[in-house]
Amino acid sequence: MSGDSLADDLTRRTQNAPPELLSRTFFFVCAALSIATTIGLIVLLTTEAAKFFTFSAPLVGVEGETATVVEFLTGTEWQPTSGRFGVLALVTATLMVMIGSSIIALPLGVGTAIYLSEYASPRVRSILKPGLEILAGIPTVVYGFFAIIYITPMLQPFVPGLGTFNMLSACIVVGIMIIPMVASISEDAMSAVPEELRQAGYGMGATKFEVSTDIVVPSALSGIFSSFILALSRAIGETMAVTIAAGSTAQFLNPFNPATYTERALPMTAAMIKLIGGDVTGGGLAYRSVFAIGITLFVITLAMNVISDYVAQRYREEY
Amino acid sequence: MSDNTSEFSADAGDGETADPTADDMVIETDVASATSSSETTTTPDPIIRSRDLDVFYGEEQALDSIDIDIPENRVTAIIGPSGCGKSTFLRCINRMNDRIEACRVEGELSLRGKNVYDPDVDPVALRRRVGMVFQEPNPFPKSIYDNVAYGLEIQDVEGDHDEIVEQSLKRAALWDEVSHQLDSSGLELSGGQQQRLCIARAIAPDPEVLLMDEPASALDPVATSQVEDLIEELAEDYTVVIVTHNMQQAARISDKTAVFLTGGELVEFGDTDQIFENPEHDRVEDYITGKFG
Repeated sequence: MSGDSLADDLTRRTQNAPPELLSRTFFFVCAALSIATTIGLIVLLTTEAAKFFTFSAPLVGVEGETATVVEFLTGTEWQPTSGRFGVLALVTATLMVMIGSSIIALPLGVGTAIYLSEYASPRVRSILKPGLEILAGIPTVVYGFFAIIYITPMLQPFVPGLGTFNMLSACIVVGIMIIPMVASISEDAMSAVPEELRQAGYGMGATKFEVSTDIVVPSALSGIFSSFILALSRAIGETMAVTIAAGSTAQFLNPFNPATYTERALPMTAAMIKLIGGDVTGGGLAYRSVFAIGITLFVITLAMNVISDYVAQRYREEY
Repeated sequence: MSDNTSEFSADAGDGETADPTADDMVIETDVASATSSSETTTTPDPIIRSRDLDVFYGEEQALDSIDIDIPENRVTAIIGPSGCGKSTFLRCINRMNDRIEACRVEGELSLRGKNVYDPDVDPVALRRRVGMVFQEPNPFPKSIYDNVAYGLEIQDVEGDHDEIVEQSLKRAALWDEVSHQLDSSGLELSGGQQQRLCIARAIAPDPEVLLMDEPASALDPVATSQVEDLIEELAEDYTVVIVTHNMQQAARISDKTAVFLTGGELVEFGDTDQIFENPEHDRVEDYITGKFG
């Protein structure tokens, strides 16, 4: 071996060898594709929504003008076939799904997470965690039928005047649907709390409950908040279950009045399904309103993601 | 003394515990018949006593028939090579070993005459009487104040908590550094400050015994000497049992030293000066002089 060959070896450029270049390109394309798709969707949503707002009457099958942005955002009546585009009727229904499902999912999800992370033996955990993941994997349309076939009939004896389609069942079923998400992400956050902190708590004479609530939960707070926001985003975006269970009648309801939950309503996602599924023909005003709802929904979920990131940053504990 | 005992019995009524004189007698007989290690007659009655204490992790024996009498209001150091069971012994005293599923304890370990492994003893109540400071500083992600006040809150300690927090921080020699920032997070402090915060947290509810598991091993030399000074002061009011890797540290701060050697045996226990200057056992001398371990 001469010194030259060693120098050759050391200076070889493996980084630029064809297989390296090829794999780098491949992985770049993979990453670029998802970003490109996202950008494409945003552009599509924006341009189509813009067309909706700039339509000028008269149109085939539609009487009168399209809604202005202000009318769209502040109107409380949703009758796309009659040219009434008040998205608030849909937003309040979505808000009801959010509120109702979180009343069920947040406490149960965090409770499940505490049980899994602090109380369950490794054996129990090894059964329960996959069980939760199965719950998360059930197609949402199944949840929808579950709501009208089981939940509503079970509720009817207790809630007078409850129709087959109602927001209450929709909220319950979405709540059940998002429990695994809250539980799983919260449990990850709680399991990441260092054992030393628990030891410190037990060493002070804290009970298991005190260690869980005083030490583990506060230490995992940023993760728990993140799970809430992600679960709520899922509740907002949930389509099939609410379309089936809530009854597809757009009504402007007060989401803070429990009595309104016995009514039918039309959340944003369900309204979009309804529009695409049958109400309208392509190209018309009502059709374009799908994109106006879509971009509203997108802005809401985007905002929630931003809040989630902020919360996770703000409350992150450096153990 | 019988009051002290009954308080950590989960359901012991007032009459259930033996009367104090009987308790004391039991202890003295045992001390008299105990190993040669308890020759020193000047030390007060033992607050912690173990007889034939065996600990197993699964099939593996971690402690082998430990007999020890730890005196009250003294610093007792436990030294020995890695894996000799010294931390295991420490964690028997407040039953922190309960958290390890495979851990099994046999024999007797009493605190003021009450066997802490009796079925009626509530480990939570026991740990309220036996404070602990860990190897790595582990303040809660709470404010400095809330860290120190935590034990007071969960134990429903009566009295002015502000006052107790201040006193505890003063005793932990941390007050001057943190008095202006009690509301800031305990995690913002330096490592040495965090460890003193943990000491303040441990002494705030006024336990009888303070267990320290290599409390200075994660600290720099300056912080270490601060913590050492602190331990010596604490021994005026508390019984301190400290596990350390550092033999100079044991020699500097402790009154009594127990030497555990590989196999989970307590090889020698006696006055620190005697252990370091004139150990009875060759194995202990070899260990202390660095020939082994």
